[in-house]
Amino acid sequence: MKLPTFWGGIHPPQSKELTVGESIVSYRPQGELVFPMAQHIGAPCAPVVAKGDRVLVGTRLGNNDAFVSAPVLSSVSGTVKDVTLRLTVPGTFETCVVVEDDGKNELAPEWRPLENYETADPKEYIKRIRDAGIVGFGGATFPTAVKLSPPPDKKIRWLIINGVECEPYLNCDNRLMLENAEKIVKGTVLVMRLFPEAKGIIAIENNKPEAIALLNETVSKSGAENITVQPLAVKYPQGAEKMLIEALTGQEFVITALPADVGCIILNVRTVYQIYSAIVEGLPAVTRIVTVTGDAVAHPKNIRVPQGTMIRELIDLCGGFKEQPVKILAGGPMMGMSMRSLDVPVVKGTSGILCLTAKSTMLKPIRACLHCGRCVSACPMGLVPTVLEPLVHARQYKRFEEEGGMNCIECGSCTYMCPANRPLTQGCRDGKASVAAMRRKAAAK
Amino acid sequence: MERLLVVSSSPHIHSPLDTRKIMGWVLAALAPAGLAGVYFFGVRAAAVMAVCVISCVAFEYLWQKLTKRTVTTDDLSAAVTGLLLAYNLPPSIPFWMASVGSLFAIIVVKQLYGGLGCNIVNPALAGRAMMLTSWPVPMTTWTVNGVSGATPLALIKAGAISDLPSWTDMFIGNIGGCIGETSAAALLIGFAILLYKDIIKWHIPVVYIAVTAALCALFGRGAAPLQEIFAGGLFLGAIFMATDYTTSPITTRGQIIFAAGCGVLTALIRRWGGYPEGVSYSILIMNLTVPLIDRATKPRIFGEVKKHG
Repeated sequence: MKLPTFWGGIHPPQSKELTVGESIVSYRPQGELVFPMAQHIGAPCAPVVAKGDRVLVGTRLGNNDAFVSAPVLSSVSGTVKDVTLRLTVPGTFETCVVVEDDGKNELAPEWRPLENYETADPKEYIKRIRDAGIVGFGGATFPTAVKLSPPPDKKIRWLIINGVECEPYLNCDNRLMLENAEKIVKGTVLVMRLFPEAKGIIAIENNKPEAIALLNETVSKSGAENITVQPLAVKYPQGAEKMLIEALTGQEFVITALPADVGCIILNVRTVYQIYSAIVEGLPAVTRIVTVTGDAVAHPKNIRVPQGTMIRELIDLCGGFKEQPVKILAGGPMMGMSMRSLDVPVVKGTSGILCLTAKSTMLKPIRACLHCGRCVSACPMGLVPTVLEPLVHARQYKRFEEEGGMNCIECGSCTYMCPANRPLTQGCRDGKASVAAMRRKAAAK
Repeated sequence: MERLLVVSSSPHIHSPLDTRKIMGWVLAALAPAGLAGVYFFGVRAAAVMAVCVISCVAFEYLWQKLTKRTVTTDDLSAAVTGLLLAYNLPPSIPFWMASVGSLFAIIVVKQLYGGLGCNIVNPALAGRAMMLTSWPVPMTTWTVNGVSGATPLALIKAGAISDLPSWTDMFIGNIGGCIGETSAAALLIGFAILLYKDIIKWHIPVVYIAVTAALCALFGRGAAPLQEIFAGGLFLGAIFMATDYTTSPITTRGQIIFAAGCGVLTALIRRWGGYPEGVSYSILIMNLTVPLIDRATKPRIFGEVKKHG
């Protein structure tokens, strides 16, 4: 049977075997935890605690009342040690709340299961989801409560649960599905109460046959009627929002549109799991599963950690480095961010810590474009990266826009394929940022 | 330890296939035709190949040294150009002419336009075209087994269909012609290698050869379509020259248009042109249309309806 998929894309080595069989282990951090105030797309939080305050698990550390925002909660109980600038994943210094862990792991009293959650007004869910600090845990970290509140004129026909995990190396979603299938299905049922007309689809790439089988079984056992498990062809970037919608519903939409405009809402499996946890178990979304992997790590693992844990501690837990890493990434190798230090905290969007040696990063000199067209066949958005990159280089941003450069989803497929090792994705990212900056400047005038 | 970390923008992994490997595979795919050339035309064919490859690499190296550019001869593209040029020459060509042809191909056609990826026509074919205009007699003297004679295409042009060599000789390459063009069998092995290693897609060679065969038959040239396609440089041109990345369109749609154009021009030249063979000029002419084809066949951007005009 031909599995649904999208146009373009690439087949990088999966490299998932390093951690696919590793059950999730829980880790209790030592000492201080660091909570950056900007962990999601949208308005960053402002600290609402001061030095010396006692905080519990689920206590709000930062908040912003803007619509597109989510609070930052403490993942441990302890004392606020400082509110200061600390180094974060992107390599910048951000306002962070530093909490000294007292090791008691006391839950804040306001965190209780939602009473009569099965019959409660679904609007209650949205409030709970926001309070629990739930964002898109797939990596984009868009506040989930906002995503679940589409304008009333948008009819939602598909609720897509994204368990594709197309990034090489990562296994955090796969392991979550294998170990918590029931909660994922129950979470999906809860979200579907918000969209009674929608059809639920749990989408999983076909390289996770165990997860597909288990979820199929769990769905049929739960008796949930309107939910199906859909295996998808193995191809990167199958898990990207637009590609997923194209594969599942056959619909395309322009870059400025949102999934809700074509009747879709996409939630990561981890996000649904946290929704269940927040509503039924009354727990805030303060932990995160991180795949620590790469050929430089001694013992790669999938670890459940409280947010705010220092990445260095996770590397130590995995036995440190067995080889000299050349790049250390937060996230996967295709879209992850390379870091300059291990002394940064795990945040909501940290799906993996990937430590690559010189051999696997393959740093090679940039050569001249051959015009071979591999980038064009790879681009899932139908762009011509080899035309876009020189335009950015020449600062011809107007032509960059005309050639559709703003459509780039920065999936990295073109750069991966380029035999001349040209920084095509990087060029488009640069171009998009420059155009966005110019637009902001023009709007400010 | 982290002091040595590389910080860069994603993606962080790359496909192992790089320029040098691609060119290496092209050379490997060209090898069967070269061996066939040496087998049928003798050691002199090997000497011509050596002269062309060495001259091309040397001229590229010297040019890049003299103009203080990064020397890129290790990407093997100059070696590919040299070998392709040699395949397009008769085995009896004087070595100095082969060397001047290489100079023209590398310096004038490739480097003056900006080097690899920037040339507007195929360097090897342009080198051959220059040589054909400059030294028409040495460039069209064909000998096979020590006897000089007309090529199959010249025979077809003269209407002497009955004098054509046997099918097997035409297929395996035991006929008069340039060093690398006569053995359709060896070139097909090369095509299989290129397809298997994903160096090229099938569209350009297949469309080009099919259009040429169909049109030659339609124009009533007398020879059977298979005789038309085994004769001359069509297989060499369609598999190795028209598929040159730099001088062919970037999208599959564009490549089909390009290949069809090559086929039409080849058939027209073979039927009505002044030369018996039209492959090299058709490809050179179509090379010049590539920027236009690329503009006209841009892929459709995801989610956008096709704009008019």
